[in-house]
Amino acid sequence: MEWNFRNGIPIYTQIIDEMTMRIASGAYQSGEKLPSVRDLAMDAGVNPNTMQSALAELERRGLVFSERTSGRFVTKEDGVLKQLHEDLAKKYFEELAEKLRKIGMTGEEIAGAVKRWLEDIR
Amino acid sequence: MARIEINNLTKEFGTLTALDSVALELEKGQIVGLLGPNGSGKTTLIKILNGLLTPTAGNVLINGMEPGVETKRVVAYLPDRNALPDYMNTQQLIDLYQDFFTDFNRTKAEDMVLDLGIDMKQQMKRMSKGTKEKLQLCLVMAREADVYLLDEPIGGVDPATRDYILRTIISNYNEDAVVIISTHLISDIESVLDDVIFLKEGKVVLHRNAEDIREETGESVDQLFREVFRC
Repeated sequence: MEWNFRNGIPIYTQIIDEMTMRIASGAYQSGEKLPSVRDLAMDAGVNPNTMQSALAELERRGLVFSERTSGRFVTKEDGVLKQLHEDLAKKYFEELAEKLRKIGMTGEEIAGAVKRWLEDIR
Repeated sequence: MARIEINNLTKEFGTLTALDSVALELEKGQIVGLLGPNGSGKTTLIKILNGLLTPTAGNVLINGMEPGVETKRVVAYLPDRNALPDYMNTQQLIDLYQDFFTDFNRTKAEDMVLDLGIDMKQQMKRMSKGTKEKLQLCLVMAREADVYLLDEPIGGVDPATRDYILRTIISNYNEDAVVIISTHLISDIESVLDDVIFLKEGKVVLHRNAEDIREETGESVDQLFREVFRC
């Protein structure tokens, strides 16, 4: 899996987003053990302290949990993962809607267009 | 006690002031970028920390001690140019390091040399510039030191090796050590840094956490550097 960091955004934030995405997409499965902080830091080419604080934040958000001796794991709570999917979907939709409104589409036009496009893409 | 303490440090070479009242405290457990344009005093500062130059005024303390035999035991130094006997081959240089430094981890050095495809039997003087740099870095990073002073560690190597070197620095990082990397190739290394120090004409103009800089300015350290040092 590739890590790509953009300029001018705290790396901490970008790690949280990337890890969240990996958990949501199932790249890291429910209950799976995560690589160590050092290995993740090496893989991403980032400072281990930054990786550590990003993982601590994911833990605070309930997406991962740690066991004292054996490391960090992806949550097994279906509710948390379901909520994560909803939150992400909402975020993406908001971004899309905002852009479409900017070019002058109404809510109704957007709804119709989304339906049409989905069929096209399929 | 800070791992490194720099108090009111000034270094003059004749009429040139290379360092001007520098004051810094560096705690253990971090990777620090010492950043500045050519001639800003980076190498002078590193040489003073390593005891190769003596201050004109002020002092530096490593683990509370002025640079000397005791501090060299715990400081791993990568000079900005080769200082090793280049008639030796890789194997002999590893032996040399093992003789000199009690904290040298031979297995680590051999692993790195192998990863980077450096020939154990090749004489250093027959190596390319990049390979020489890689070998020196392997030797330095294979020490289990309290302080790593890396003067331009990525200047002459290709991007793939640069990545390997950065990963080596990350993997060798430990909570008790402080790693100081001097460079002007900021965009390549900024993601591994905790703190950055900007040196300008011998003065510290900024000492901050890299993430805080990105958070507050919305810029990369590299972009900020280009602004501060615009010619």
